[in-house]
Amino acid sequence: MSETVLATRGLRKNFGSLVVAGDINIELPRGARHALIGPNGAGKTTLINMLTGMLQPDAGQIMLEGADVTGLKPAARVHRGLVRTFQINTLFPRLCAIEAVTLAICEREGHARNWWRRLPVYRDAVDEAYAILASLQLGADCTRVTRELAYGQQRLLEISLALAAKPRVLLLDEPAAGVPRSESSALFQAIAGLPADITVFFIEHDMDIVFKFASRIIVLVGGRVLVEGAPSEIAADQRVREVYLGHGKHG
Amino acid sequence: MAAVLPPQAAPHEFLRARTRWHPLEIVFWLSTLLPFVVVPEYLQLASQIAIAALFAISLDLILGYAGIVSIGHAAYFGLGAYTAGILSKHGIGEPVVLLVLGAIVAGVVGYASSFIIARFRHLALIMITLGICLMFYEAANLAGWLTGGADGLQGIKIGPLAGTFKFDLYGKTAYSYSLIVLFLCFLLARRLTHSPFGLSLRGIRENAVRMPAIGAPSDAHIRKVYTIAAAIAGIAGAVLAQTTSTVSLEVLGFQRSADVLVMLIMGGAGKLYGGILGSIVYMVARDQFSGINPQYWYFWIGLMMVLVVMYLPNGLLGGLEKLTARWRRSPT
Repeated sequence: MSETVLATRGLRKNFGSLVVAGDINIELPRGARHALIGPNGAGKTTLINMLTGMLQPDAGQIMLEGADVTGLKPAARVHRGLVRTFQINTLFPRLCAIEAVTLAICEREGHARNWWRRLPVYRDAVDEAYAILASLQLGADCTRVTRELAYGQQRLLEISLALAAKPRVLLLDEPAAGVPRSESSALFQAIAGLPADITVFFIEHDMDIVFKFASRIIVLVGGRVLVEGAPSEIAADQRVREVYLGHGKHG
Repeated sequence: MAAVLPPQAAPHEFLRARTRWHPLEIVFWLSTLLPFVVVPEYLQLASQIAIAALFAISLDLILGYAGIVSIGHAAYFGLGAYTAGILSKHGIGEPVVLLVLGAIVAGVVGYASSFIIARFRHLALIMITLGICLMFYEAANLAGWLTGGADGLQGIKIGPLAGTFKFDLYGKTAYSYSLIVLFLCFLLARRLTHSPFGLSLRGIRENAVRMPAIGAPSDAHIRKVYTIAAAIAGIAGAVLAQTTSTVSLEVLGFQRSADVLVMLIMGGAGKLYGGILGSIVYMVARDQFSGINPQYWYFWIGLMMVLVVMYLPNGLLGGLEKLTARWRRSPT
């Protein structure tokens, strides 16, 4: 297996007496396409929140490319290449798509501190923003205001914003949440087409998609890793069937 | 025309069009010269409006663009006014120097407060901004030896503008001066709102949760814009002190903070011209209503506020934009 890019060691978090993360140890190699699955309330989003610094763990460490980032703020982790998307659209409703993505690029490049030069002067940033939007089929609608975009397009903009930060590790929290099945496959096709050196870790409820796009699956139950393995192993695992698949699909 | 452009050129053209000067903008600024000829007896009021507009622009930068609520913005207006007034008593008569000093004092205090401001949002900000303003009000009230306390600051001596133009009773110099300062500060604010920094401010307003997730230092952005806004408010205060030769506690009062908020929201927040339009309508209305009914004129202001917010959620300017858009669409 190739080098580990993102790892956790003994990650723990309690909300009162509820264990949302109990001693989580995961390792994501470079270029991984790993899925995180588990029943509702298993602590999947909590794990993403801790990885990105939006929630501080009670104990344990988060290692990004060998460095301990446990104490770093979310923005600092983004600068190191750890970027996420949100399960519920977390966009800029009254910005146009091109503005939103250009904003993210300007922040990455340090242009955002400039309050004197006009935005169109930053041609490279605008070009790059357009290229990202075009790669996710948003090119034609890039000058439309975010809140007027169709829901499926907003999900794609969610990912565009993350890509604008030039992630090395991309954490996708149910990228296809709320998207009809017919469209979600296309969305994952776009994710599968991301550069091979980007590590992708995604939460998804649709098992067909998980088995199709994930090279490895981590099953989280009650804040603990129940089992980790290749899709075929997970599909055959009796415990997974009992706690997860047996109860029917969620989302 | 758009059809011949390659698709990747469209966003460039789109963004450039936003920063371009609209013909109506030029018409507007030219029309600000009309009071000199049309209503020369109202130049003092025109000067007051220009000052209020500048104050509203400074609030728009933090409230309309960055979404930072403040109902204590008069703190910086008052600091600028007192700085200019007090220093003029101690031998600094040059108006432009006083203006810069007013901006610096207000900016420094704004920068210091911004460390608290950047950490809070919404309701908490209402309490904090109001609290800061109240403290300055009472401090100015208490320091009577410096500020004249409740009697107001006496003995302000402002030198002639550029060494030649005296501030007269008719307000010719006053309005010229206020208008020039307003226009220069407007140009600055316009540049700021069209810059990458301005875009980041709108990002904070639109979604404060997403900003750190794209790596944006929201707190630093807020500190910066708050400092700039405080300095501009200080300039507005200094201009008031200079053009009226008086500074009273009212410059730090809650009423002034509330008035500027009303002007901005009524005119339309987040578009610079909204604050200007709001100031014109509010100040002219106040002048007229108080003439008709000196005791109860706030009744009409109140009614106007309710009606505007009910029927024009984006303010008067938003309403005008909607109207012109409909008008433009109808012939086709």
